[in-house]
Amino acid sequence: MSVTYLEAIREAQARALRQDPRVFIYGQDVGVFGGAFKATKNLAREFPGRVIDAPISEDAIVGLAVGAAIEGMRPVVEIQFADFSSVGFNQIVNQAATLYWRTQVPCPITIRLPSGGTSGSGPFHSQSLESVYSHYPGLVVMTPATVEDAYGMLLEAIAIDDPVIFCEHKLLYYHLKAEQLPTEALPAGRARIARAGRDLTIVAYSAMVHESLAAAEELVSEGYQVEVVDLRSVKPLDTDTVMASVARTGRLLCVGESWPWGGVSAEVIARVASEGYDLLDAPPQRLNAKDTPVPFHPHLWAAHRPTARSVTNAARKLLRS
Amino acid sequence: MIQSAAPAELNRTSPLREAYLEGYRWMLLARLLDDKLASLYRGGKIHGGVFLGRGQEALSVAIGLALKRGDVFAPLVRDLAGRLAFGETVLDVVRTFMGSVLGPMRGRDGNVHRGRPREGMLPMISHLGAMTAVVNGMLLARRMKGEHGTVGVSCVGDGATSTGSFHEALNQAAIERLPLVLVVANNRYAYSTPNPRQFACRDLVDRAVGYGVTGHSLDGTDLAECLRVMAEAVRLAREGGGPQLVVAHLLRLCGHGEHDDAGYIEARVKESALGRDCLRVAEERILAESWVERAAVEAWQAERAQLVEEAVAKVQREPGPDPFEEDWLTLATGHLAEGDSSNQSS
Ligand SMILES: Cc1ncc(C[n+]2csc(CCOP(=O)(O)OP(=O)(O)O)c2C)c(N)n1
Ligand SMILES: [Mg+2]
Repeated sequence: MSVTYLEAIREAQARALRQDPRVFIYGQDVGVFGGAFKATKNLAREFPGRVIDAPISEDAIVGLAVGAAIEGMRPVVEIQFADFSSVGFNQIVNQAATLYWRTQVPCPITIRLPSGGTSGSGPFHSQSLESVYSHYPGLVVMTPATVEDAYGMLLEAIAIDDPVIFCEHKLLYYHLKAEQLPTEALPAGRARIARAGRDLTIVAYSAMVHESLAAAEELVSEGYQVEVVDLRSVKPLDTDTVMASVARTGRLLCVGESWPWGGVSAEVIARVASEGYDLLDAPPQRLNAKDTPVPFHPHLWAAHRPTARSVTNAARKLLRS
Repeated sequence: MIQSAAPAELNRTSPLREAYLEGYRWMLLARLLDDKLASLYRGGKIHGGVFLGRGQEALSVAIGLALKRGDVFAPLVRDLAGRLAFGETVLDVVRTFMGSVLGPMRGRDGNVHRGRPREGMLPMISHLGAMTAVVNGMLLARRMKGEHGTVGVSCVGDGATSTGSFHEALNQAAIERLPLVLVVANNRYAYSTPNPRQFACRDLVDRAVGYGVTGHSLDGTDLAECLRVMAEAVRLAREGGGPQLVVAHLLRLCGHGEHDDAGYIEARVKESALGRDCLRVAEERILAESWVERAAVEAWQAERAQLVEEAVAKVQREPGPDPFEEDWLTLATGHLAEGDSSNQSS
């Protein structure tokens, strides 16, 4: 028996629906069809009336979720691809994210964003938007990298009294497997040491954790012990765990699949530079996707985003500096 | 000149009388409060903008009166009369405009951006068209919880009908057959932009057919018609008739905000029937029908003016928010809030 990252997401939703009558799912094709990625497979049948097909209206989808949350429900919105959340952006950042601050009425909604590049998907089905949403106050932004976190963090996202942007990576959907679903979970806001090391800290999240782990493995043969920190949630950002790791290694590389200007990797470096400058033995570095739309062709796509190879190169350079 | 009738001739039997008088009294309060807000603004006593509902009180009050406690109301900029009739207090209004920390928005938001979601009154965000889907969500949630018989009204202007949000939300409500009443106050202008630059259909109510909802039109200068049509639309929605689109024809008798002299409103529009002041029309009718004496109307005016003065005097003594008392947190889940931790230099 094994369970994939995608199945974990489905199981988390099934469990939330089973345990909490306030939970419902709303999104395009999520009903009988089971969602574009089958993340809601069979849920409409199992939970009649609570897994609802939405029109292609991202603005109204998120707006409706906010209204339902005001009424005490816990909607889970599936945006078919993270890229299309731009059409619901206003409701996310101006309606959902401001409600509690303005009125003291909480806004417990979860917005699932199938994120990140898969080869052949092109500029409009590949985006990683965690940095954009992290910029706005009032949102929690989760970026699970493992099957266990996909499950545990989604349950936590639904239970949290605030709007959560849940960035699930499409590349991890099918191939990432675990033996079983976890019975306990680290809470959001706490990073995890995915691999211990003493020479360099790589801070990553979501699919980039796996590219970074592969790079760390590669560098073993060169005599390097690389530590990989999985942020798990990028907002809040667990600065303490990052800082403690940098204190051990003296070197920092941040890897993110979103674009380079500003963003999560820039934020991590800014915090380490301002709060932990003395811990650093070399200037901190970062590796992001290139500053262009995400290309369609596999040759271009593989070169656009950070991969084990480019992470290895960046890490090696930093280790030798 | 308005002729007042002799007391002996008072006509108390008209079926319209009670509702009309009640509507008129709320309109009067709204107008007096608006006038006071405008004068506070001119005197530099209000920080930020002031946006009034002058000329739109008849429509707005009819919305407030058609709703019941427990219904949902998403008013917009020009809905002071409807808000008051629905249950918003004068203090909530004045406190939000004057930035009192005791107001519902506690100085975090101001002027027309106020409400109490738990009491069914949504605080608008500025982004036009965005509130209707939120009303839809409340109505759908109620249905899911097995609560029936409530209605939600969302108000928009003619300009907001051009937004994607307007379209998405009305279509969504139609698909789910929600008890939504979407009221479009077509006051002919969106800020300075006249109708022909906003849409090309003959009449916005024609869109009802396209969405598969029921359409209603009304003359927003005529309180009796506003009361009748709004009550009908709300009744149909409440009885399961699905979304209702109400398009009101009127004119705003003020600037877009008090900073604006509205010089772009054409004289011929102002002089047309649309440009009639609904409050004046209502007052004339009350006296012409002999529903009450002129003295009664004057007493109502005096009472309401005093209410407004008292509220303003009280709020003027109240403190604004204290930045050192603010928690500067945006999340309900305290331990997930980053607060100022990322801003070490502050
Ligand atoms: C999405 C959006 N764009 C622009 C604005 C700026 N704005 C505020 S009110 C307004 C005009 C609104 O006109 P209308 O909808 O007709 O309402 P009215 O003011 O006439 O009552 C504009 C352009 C806004 N608030 N929201
Ligand atoms: Mg207008």
